[in-house]
Amino acid sequence: MEITTRSLLTLMHGVGFGALYLMACSGALVELYRRYGAHNAAPPSTRDEVFLRTYLTAMAIVAWLAVLTGAYIIYPWYRAAPPSGTVDLAAFPQRLLLASPSTSGWHSIGMEWKEHVAWMAPICITMAAAVEFQYGHHLKSYPQLRNAILRFVWISLLAAAVAGFFGAMINKNAPVEGGTTIHLVQGGRP
Amino acid sequence: MSPTASRNDSGVPTGGGAAAVLAAGIGSFLVAVFALLADKFAAIKSTMIFYRPTGPLSGVTTCALAAWLATWFILHARWRNRSVALAPVSTAALVLLILGVLLTFPPIADLF
Repeated sequence: MEITTRSLLTLMHGVGFGALYLMACSGALVELYRRYGAHNAAPPSTRDEVFLRTYLTAMAIVAWLAVLTGAYIIYPWYRAAPPSGTVDLAAFPQRLLLASPSTSGWHSIGMEWKEHVAWMAPICITMAAAVEFQYGHHLKSYPQLRNAILRFVWISLLAAAVAGFFGAMINKNAPVEGGTTIHLVQGGRP
Repeated sequence: MSPTASRNDSGVPTGGGAAAVLAAGIGSFLVAVFALLADKFAAIKSTMIFYRPTGPLSGVTTCALAAWLATWFILHARWRNRSVALAPVSTAALVLLILGVLLTFPPIADLF
């Protein structure tokens, strides 16, 4: 069982950070709704506040790691230009996708959307974390502010879902490969 | 936009929260605007190449993030001790965020 360093880093970007962020979004939405909702008469405890601050800060860090690794580590491999005369485009995912009408849309729509919309997720969640730090349990007194945060977290979930979906499909059609091969486990004889 | 002062229950001014929300809306919208400009104008596209392996995306996102943080800083400095009407600010921010999402969708961006 082997994996290349580029595959491993792409996996860390997509699953380690991207998918983790998507899963964390549902937790943030539930917590923001449950703790600061008008239906909840009891004010959130200090422990609750510390938990939510830590949770949102961790989400913001994960979101920034996802977009920064995507833009500055994975994307350069994805968009690398092949030397003239190259026939085998397997090591040049963008060119491989554009070479066929049946896959070119994954780049011209999928990647073109993903590479920009993904940045809205860390912006939104950083704002949510900052407001939680600033207001804490006082958020309960500001339903409009709480609702604004909830909507921004919903849209950050949508943005991350778009990026995640297209990232997975692009990597399925034209995987980012290359680099050193890492041997994980020695397989048995067939 | 000229937000009007509003009363609040807890005594904590709403300005800081309003500044963060509006800046996030503006920042998200600017990601789309810079991307659109880089896509439509070759001169801007080449100017946006801050890091060659990443191409124009590096400049587009760096400029949008810088503008977002600058907007947040300025709005926060102006509003932090004020109670700002949250309804118009959060509505404007949400509209900007949704526009940002839509304008980054290539079939819509290609209409311009």
